[in-house]
Amino acid sequence: MRQFYFNLRLVNLIVLLGLFLLNDSCKSGKRNQEGKEVGLEDFLTEEDIFDDIDKAKKIFYSLPSPLETAMLIKSAGASYNETVLNDLNNVEKYSTNKSKALNLGIYTTDLSFACLFDQAQTSLKYMDATRQLATEMGISDAIDEETMRRLEQNLNNRDVVMDIISETFLNSSSYLKENDQQEVAAIVLVGGWLEGLYIGTQMVGSGPTKGNKLVDRIAEQKLSFSIVERMLQDNKKNQLGEENRDIVELINELHSLKSAFANIEVQTSAIKVEDEDSSHVTLLKSQTKINVTPEAFAELKTAVKTLRNNYVQ
Amino acid sequence: MKNFLPYIVTLAILSSCSIVVNAQCKGFAKKLCKLELTGYVHDGNYHAAILTEGEEAELYKTFYSGQNYRLAICGSEALPPIEYQVVDSYRNVLFDNKQHSMNSTWDFKLESSQQLKILVKVPVSEKKTEFPSSGCVAIMFGFQDK
Repeated sequence: MRQFYFNLRLVNLIVLLGLFLLNDSCKSGKRNQEGKEVGLEDFLTEEDIFDDIDKAKKIFYSLPSPLETAMLIKSAGASYNETVLNDLNNVEKYSTNKSKALNLGIYTTDLSFACLFDQAQTSLKYMDATRQLATEMGISDAIDEETMRRLEQNLNNRDVVMDIISETFLNSSSYLKENDQQEVAAIVLVGGWLEGLYIGTQMVGSGPTKGNKLVDRIAEQKLSFSIVERMLQDNKKNQLGEENRDIVELINELHSLKSAFANIEVQTSAIKVEDEDSSHVTLLKSQTKINVTPEAFAELKTAVKTLRNNYVQ
Repeated sequence: MKNFLPYIVTLAILSSCSIVVNAQCKGFAKKLCKLELTGYVHDGNYHAAILTEGEEAELYKTFYSGQNYRLAICGSEALPPIEYQVVDSYRNVLFDNKQHSMNSTWDFKLESSQQLKILVKVPVSEKKTEFPSSGCVAIMFGFQDK
């Protein structure tokens, strides 16, 4: 009888182990709902002994990071204006997980923006704000004492400061993703991307929208918006099938942005690959047609401002 | 409660193994793969996962005109060289590292902004082993400060 119970417990343990492994494989097995666009036929010609391996794909969505966002705004001709950044005093206001995550992204974009315009003291203050939020979110390792010391010692060296920002963002996003908080990492990214959109739209003057490089750059964010949507949809439910309320809320809140982008036309042609130049950089030649009427831009600017101001309050 | 103890202990051990493996993946991306971006600024995004021989991954990203980008795709030592393709929304293959000596990096710039898809595959090793190998695969992007 004892042997029977022992066997039963052993079987249960194996079943439990199987369920655990199944759960783990499901985590990396999120399939793209629209993954039929491009096949991997070229990769699948080999016949081999491992044919029974699960071919489920891991899907990644990559948004412009705060650093890339700030770079895009700067390269489009924006000038530095500190008044558009989120007030540092607001850092004390964020009490919910969603507001902390959104504003970690927002402050990181502000920090990147200040850094790219060589605003040393402002960069230091914004790094301090991001550190405070990261600590409150349990990611204190992302920006430690050593990081702050290194930043202070290299404040006038933009390359080092950019490297520090990149590393701290990598630390916080890797921590969140590897501790089953992918949805929080997604919210941080959306916050950072939205702040870039806010800074960009605020920088556009009263001139015509046609031929304005910054307006075109902002319109092109329609391409990234589709990635935002997919990323949030993918993170809407956890592994147990439970809805994440913060993500559902965010999806609903972004409807105004979706409507505004719907009035902006961005069409891209197929790409022609041009051989590498002397610096071994391949040029991808294509054309993009962008049509933004002043009314459509005004609608987008209002939608972005309303959303962003709701999040920083 | 006593009856559940073996399960709890087993789950705790397995969970801690998973955390250790993930932490190694983060360290791999940060300390090894990031080196492939030398000369470029890493954007700070983290895209890495444990993949097994035969497994595939896809990444979607918008790339902007006027920027010089470097794409780096690295696999840990346990894995054979990683295969990858970059395709546009018209399904044109823009880059296939099998045609370029299995290069782990690709430098490119765009005349106009485009959404691209990166298809990654861990090929099956030619070495006959009892179990397929697993390891960390990281996809990283760098750009140049102008």
